[in-house]
Amino acid sequence: MADVASTSHPMAAGEPAATNYLKAERGFKSWIFTLDHKRIGVMYLWSVLLMFLLGGIFAMLVRLELLTPGKTIMEADTYNRMFTLHGAVMIFLFIIPAIPASLGNFVLPLMLGAKDVAFPRLNLASYWIYVIGAVFGVVAMVTGGVDTGWTFYTPYSTTSSTSVTTMTFAAFVLGFSSIFTGVNFIATIHRLRAPGMTWFKTPLFVWGIYATAIIQVLATPILGITLVLLMMERVFSVGIFDPRLGGDPVLFQHFFWFYSHPAVYIMILPGMAIISEIIPTFSRKNIFGYRAIAYSSVAIAFISFLVWGHHMFVSGQSELASAVFSFLTFLVAIPSGVKVFNWLATMYKGSIDLKAPMLYAIMFLMLFAIGGLTGLFLGALATDIHLHDTYFVVAHFHFVMVGGTVIAFIGGLHYWWPKMFGRMYSEKWARIAAVLIFIGFNVTFLPQFVLGTRGMPRRYYNYLDQFQPLHAFSTVGSWILGLGLFIVLGYLLASLRKRYDAPPNPWGGTTLEWTTSSPPIAHNFEHVPVVTREPYDHSPAPAPAPAGD
Amino acid sequence: MNWLKSILLPAQGTAYAAEHDTFFMFIVALTAFFFLLITALVVFFVWRYRRRGDSPAESQVTHNTRLEIVWSVIPLILVMIIFAWGFHDYMNAYTAPGDALEIQVTAKQWIWQFEYPDGMRTVNEIHVPIGRPVRLVMSSEDVIHSFFVPSFRIKKDVVPGMYTDLWFLPEAEGEHTLFCAEYCGRGHSDMLGKIYVDSEEKFREWQELGDERTRTMPLAELGALLYESRGCSTCHSLDGSRRDGPSFKGVFGHEVKLSDGTTVLADENYIRESILEPQAKIVSSFEGIMPTFQGLLREREVKALIEFVKEQQ
Ligand code: HEC
Ligand SMILES: [Cu+2]
Repeated sequence: MADVASTSHPMAAGEPAATNYLKAERGFKSWIFTLDHKRIGVMYLWSVLLMFLLGGIFAMLVRLELLTPGKTIMEADTYNRMFTLHGAVMIFLFIIPAIPASLGNFVLPLMLGAKDVAFPRLNLASYWIYVIGAVFGVVAMVTGGVDTGWTFYTPYSTTSSTSVTTMTFAAFVLGFSSIFTGVNFIATIHRLRAPGMTWFKTPLFVWGIYATAIIQVLATPILGITLVLLMMERVFSVGIFDPRLGGDPVLFQHFFWFYSHPAVYIMILPGMAIISEIIPTFSRKNIFGYRAIAYSSVAIAFISFLVWGHHMFVSGQSELASAVFSFLTFLVAIPSGVKVFNWLATMYKGSIDLKAPMLYAIMFLMLFAIGGLTGLFLGALATDIHLHDTYFVVAHFHFVMVGGTVIAFIGGLHYWWPKMFGRMYSEKWARIAAVLIFIGFNVTFLPQFVLGTRGMPRRYYNYLDQFQPLHAFSTVGSWILGLGLFIVLGYLLASLRKRYDAPPNPWGGTTLEWTTSSPPIAHNFEHVPVVTREPYDHSPAPAPAPAGD
Repeated sequence: MNWLKSILLPAQGTAYAAEHDTFFMFIVALTAFFFLLITALVVFFVWRYRRRGDSPAESQVTHNTRLEIVWSVIPLILVMIIFAWGFHDYMNAYTAPGDALEIQVTAKQWIWQFEYPDGMRTVNEIHVPIGRPVRLVMSSEDVIHSFFVPSFRIKKDVVPGMYTDLWFLPEAEGEHTLFCAEYCGRGHSDMLGKIYVDSEEKFREWQELGDERTRTMPLAELGALLYESRGCSTCHSLDGSRRDGPSFKGVFGHEVKLSDGTTVLADENYIRESILEPQAKIVSSFEGIMPTFQGLLREREVKALIEFVKEQQ
């Protein structure tokens, strides 16, 4: 087992404890040119939250339109742009970078006991490429929008008169940002772990981010190439996907899902990684089955490359191919299930404190369970024929992506907020918001399962009257969910106006980020931490002396 | 479980739908069990092991090999059962029997066109006899569409540049809704159709006389409908402009110059002959490319088209 001590010299010793990274330098330039992983993480955080707001506004408009059949507030053309932009913004600009690039960037080096990521300049480049990609995305939105769905299926996308070329270019650019982050994290995790931190003394958040980074680096180039081919076809009429030009439209789906299925795990693995941190801390227990969780992350990363065809069971692909893809899909379900059981077992005989992060972790367990279990209906060949491209699929992936990833992201944000900004938020408001989010989410998405099983196809502007009551439920749910999220934003922002009041370790966490001050100093640690214990060692023995004071 | 089935799933229109639903409800039961198990454990642990004061955890257990094997292997066995069962039903859903009635399906933004073996064509609706397997051979003229009939539990993409097929054995008389399930643009959500499952008798009657709506429609109106649905409009304009065939504007009651130099008065007989035996008299300066509609139009439909041409003055 490689046990690479990152560095043996003490870091900038003697730095006064007061200069936390937020205050270490001042001025606009000190932010936009910063090489500090923490500041880049914070810039990423505000950026993805802004995109979450934008994608959320599109979502609310989509739900409002669906309140009644036919026109409620907009025409079909506008509606088609709304759901496309909702998907594209949420996937490419929010959820893929959300956890790794914002929380990951901030926490990963701290957890490793490192001073920064391996390539700070690459890290900054990743952020600015993200911004450039986002700008192209916004340009596409204001110059006609895009009406293809975020999946850009050909030949619709090669013949649509909307700004598909600009939007695909945006996604292409964003891919580089994602690759840069992935490469950087892989190098950081290999090279910069604190002395004594062997692979199996590395926190599970790191394992999750590591598995994610592997997928980011291996899968994203495929998306890039596919989007370039799409642009070539649109701009130069090179026949690749359009049958009128001699192409094959189903080929696009293979290319697209070869990236986009692993991308589902780019989205969910970091969420699982956060849950693996929160549950031990708030149960005061060593994690159950550390190695099983670590290995299952890596197993998921690899198997995820072999299941893309489960998006295409009704596309006309061969029955044999469908059978193989279905089989592999069921295999990938097992490691995810094992993780859930491990988290449950971690709570067993713990000392459970229902602070906000733990509330979100529990929400995650239940919502992700529904998301995962409903996946069985879609992985099974016969039931997928009926459910493919219906609201059942919409509900399923929202349970995984929102009930799983977004809830974990919000949980992680609550968990590390005191570390990032040095302030505690209002626990009372946090509970109210968590309850609203849980209720709102379920009211929005549970009815969609029934809409789907009863045969309501997705991406429908208009629908039969029989579906109206469930759509109305769903729309009302979206208002409750929206309200809950706004409350979160409110009390988190309000906490920033207070003085620093967060202790270094408000929750009793055992990983290294809790051994430095909140917020951390610019170089993270006063002294290089030395790791001797397991990452979630909650046994009564004295905890390692916190670095610094 | 039947009450739950009737909430979750639409009525069954085929034997395959019943087969599918049994499998579906098996997964419902299985997933409900695991969901309740997880929820019950979460709730119980949170309540039983909630932190009192500043208490540490009761135990620091981190492994239990037997337990870990159990919770990996049992789910593995269960999902393998789901896989095998799903594959079995999938093959049934997608393997058509040999003696099926074959209907050609052409999808285009945003209509469904059908053609029966005898050349009869319909748009957005088909009639099929009960108890006889139907095989659909499908292709698209523009983007990808998807043929989805919830009450039959079947779906397949309809792709340009290639053929896909789908089949069903209708067993419930009445009306079934067809949806387009692959997003195809502005009219996607209105790209609906109807599948009417008729008794053998009613089906034959429909073949001969058309459905009730067209049976009672005024002739000229029916003619206008056929002008579009039978493709006359691709070769004949109504505004005097020249397409592959002469415009219908002002034809009726006038002398028509033929390619052999003679002329003929365009009366009912001439129009009728032009439709059923187009090669008999070729209009001058046009080529004899019009296909014959002999046997493809019902008697009333020929009359309707003549009436329609008459009206174009
Ligand atoms: C593939 C093109 C094509 C289609 C489809 C077509 N026609 Fe024609 N039609 C022609 C051409 C070319 C002529 C002129 C040559 C001829 O007389 O055969 C013609 C001639 C006629 C004439 C004689 C017109 C005149 O000016 O004397 C009538 C009437 C007619 N078609 C009716 C129909 C009807 C009704 C349909 C639909 C059921 C139809 N056609 C479909 C190509 C077509
Ligand atoms: Cu369609």
